[in-house]
Amino acid sequence: MVEFRYRDDEVTEQPSVTLDAFLDQSNASAVRLEPDDDARKLIPFLDRLTLIEVAFPKFRDGRGYSSARILREAGYTGELRAQGDVLVDQIAFMRRCGFDSFAPEGSLNPEAVERALSTYDQYYQKAADAAVPVWKLRHG
Amino acid sequence: MYKYDNYDQAIVDARVAEFRDQVNRRMAGEITEDQFKPLRLMNGLYLQLHAYMLRVAIPYGTLDSRQMRMLAHIARKYDRDYGHFTTRQNIQYNWIKLEECADLLEELASVEMHAIQTSGNCIRNISSDQYAGAAADEVTDPRPWAELLRQWSTFHPEFSYLPRKFKIAVIASPEDRAAMRLHDIGLELVRKDGELGARVFVGGGMGRTPMIAPEINPFVKADDLLSYIEACLRVYNRYGRRDNIYKARIKILVHEIGADEYRRQVAEEFAHVKTLGIDPPLAELERISAFFAAPAFDAADVEPDRSDPDFAVWLDQNVKPHKQAGYAIVNISLKPIGGIPGDASSAQIDVMADLAEKYSFDELRVTHAQNIVLPHVAKRDLYAVWQALRDADLANANLDLISDIIACPGLDYCSLANARSIPIAQKIATRFADAERQRDVGELKLKISGCINACGHHHAGHIGILGVDKKGVENYQLTLGGSGAEDVSIGKITGPGFDEDGIVDAVEKAVEKYRELREGDERFVDTYRRVGMDPFKEAIYG
Ligand code: HEM
Ligand code: SF4
Repeated sequence: MVEFRYRDDEVTEQPSVTLDAFLDQSNASAVRLEPDDDARKLIPFLDRLTLIEVAFPKFRDGRGYSSARILREAGYTGELRAQGDVLVDQIAFMRRCGFDSFAPEGSLNPEAVERALSTYDQYYQKAADAAVPVWKLRHG
Repeated sequence: MYKYDNYDQAIVDARVAEFRDQVNRRMAGEITEDQFKPLRLMNGLYLQLHAYMLRVAIPYGTLDSRQMRMLAHIARKYDRDYGHFTTRQNIQYNWIKLEECADLLEELASVEMHAIQTSGNCIRNISSDQYAGAAADEVTDPRPWAELLRQWSTFHPEFSYLPRKFKIAVIASPEDRAAMRLHDIGLELVRKDGELGARVFVGGGMGRTPMIAPEINPFVKADDLLSYIEACLRVYNRYGRRDNIYKARIKILVHEIGADEYRRQVAEEFAHVKTLGIDPPLAELERISAFFAAPAFDAADVEPDRSDPDFAVWLDQNVKPHKQAGYAIVNISLKPIGGIPGDASSAQIDVMADLAEKYSFDELRVTHAQNIVLPHVAKRDLYAVWQALRDADLANANLDLISDIIACPGLDYCSLANARSIPIAQKIATRFADAERQRDVGELKLKISGCINACGHHHAGHIGILGVDKKGVENYQLTLGGSGAEDVSIGKITGPGFDEDGIVDAVEKAVEKYRELREGDERFVDTYRRVGMDPFKEAIYG
């Protein structure tokens, strides 16, 4: 279930299909990526997609962070959802990689999520969010 | 030395607050140990045999006297009055209480220090050459580049859940004092047509499958560096193995697909990443470099008075040439005969801090061999420095000799250990306590790990010792011929292992064989390379 969503548009109702299914019959508008799926395979179809769900079967498996960035770097603007074993303390990193909705398996405490998201307001590196990196603040 | 600005300080302060919150949630039972573990690990907090162990980052091994004194203060207040300097140029405390940990980190933050990313499957503390800024053979000071990488890697959102931990070393001299090619990424700064850039080596490491990193790129320009490293990491994050923890390091990926294929994938990723504008302008490297400007050297070039024989011995063994006439590099060995390699009491840490403040432009370094360096000492002050060190039991004149042993914590502290390392180091050092004999043997790097994880760098030892478990009994394997320097190589196992006393005898036999066979000024490892394993095998087992 989507517990946290940071966008204003309508939630896509269509169920997401696997990458293989999508590549076979690409009229779906929602797709689900497993950790070992190559996100770049979606690049030709991004303007047709309204939801990409990235699965995190285990929180330790960080491949989905790269998938998210690759999609945002390719210009994807639809909903990018992290689904699965997502911990409170990962959400800030995920936001920076371009995720804008979260469907954690276990329920998360909204207050703790809020706190995690507001802990840092300076970032050293440029990522997929709008944050201005510290080096840019230093040098304009 | 680098000084935090408001941005740097805000980030470290926020980390302390975040960790305090995480500890509170754990203590209140809101999160399980399993959920807490990756969080505490990213703050360098391990649960060990007896207590929590905290690892504090010393970025590229450089610190000032104020920071060094803080390390002493922490040893006194939160630990049992000592700290343990590690092979990754960090310091570890072995007896930390979880409930005090946030206070400890807050004190560290007050002197621009932290424990961020000192463990966990993320980019770890960046290591460097302990003689940076002082070595005659460097093309530039590598530390500004290391600081640039420190900032880039701190809380990197994409690379905090890598397949495995990730270690980067930066050097800028042909002589490698940082085991650069045994890191996941090793950078050697070089000059090409007047321009500075980095030679990039990827896929080195120790552990159960030691590998020497192959060169992946002969020259990456300064203003492409972060894009290039980001590309290296992204390929690893996506394709590094996650099915088997022992095959998860980048060395396995590079080995399995081959250096050429890895290079190709990185080049492709780099072509894309470079368009994203993640590289800071060169002005940022210049800003950082300004902090590392050479101090105001002004001492006359006088040779120290060698009439005190103990001082003369120390001078010859532990003091190295400086790039500036009139100055020298002082190595403080934390390897007293019979002591615990890398341990220092809070009183000793304070003494070293005082000496740095008074005699070394307020700077100290931690070396990967678990020693301390005063990088810029005027030659006229060497005798005074030596006297102060001697009074604090810190004037061990054994740098790079057989008793200058690297040893991991082993079974005395570590929950993964198969065998004890520290007592073996103590016994070997005691066996070779005779200073004349040690000096006659000359440079001999002996390194001990208590299990195959190789924290004690045994693969890179001229003589390496590995603790294994043989049907519930501690057993030790002997390797010969490794090196972590520019002549990098991986040691080979001599044959069947030994018990505790047997390993000490075996080391002695190997050393005596060397003395018999050496030609000219060959070091142990040179003789081994010339004659091969057989004569040593015979001496040890025959
Ligand atoms: C006592 C607690 C410690 C634990 C539980 C521990 C654990 C480990 C583990 C599991 C590895 C293997 C990682 C891998 O190959 O993927 C490793 C490697 C390593 N550790 Fe430790 N370690 C400890 C202390 C230390 C200390 C005190 C030092 C420094 C003296 C150290 C330095 C290293 C180094 C240099 C490596 C090798 C890195 C490589 O494989 O390239 N560790 N450690
Ligand atoms: S080598 Fe093994 S025993 Fe030694 S510290 Fe590392 S994990 Fe522990």
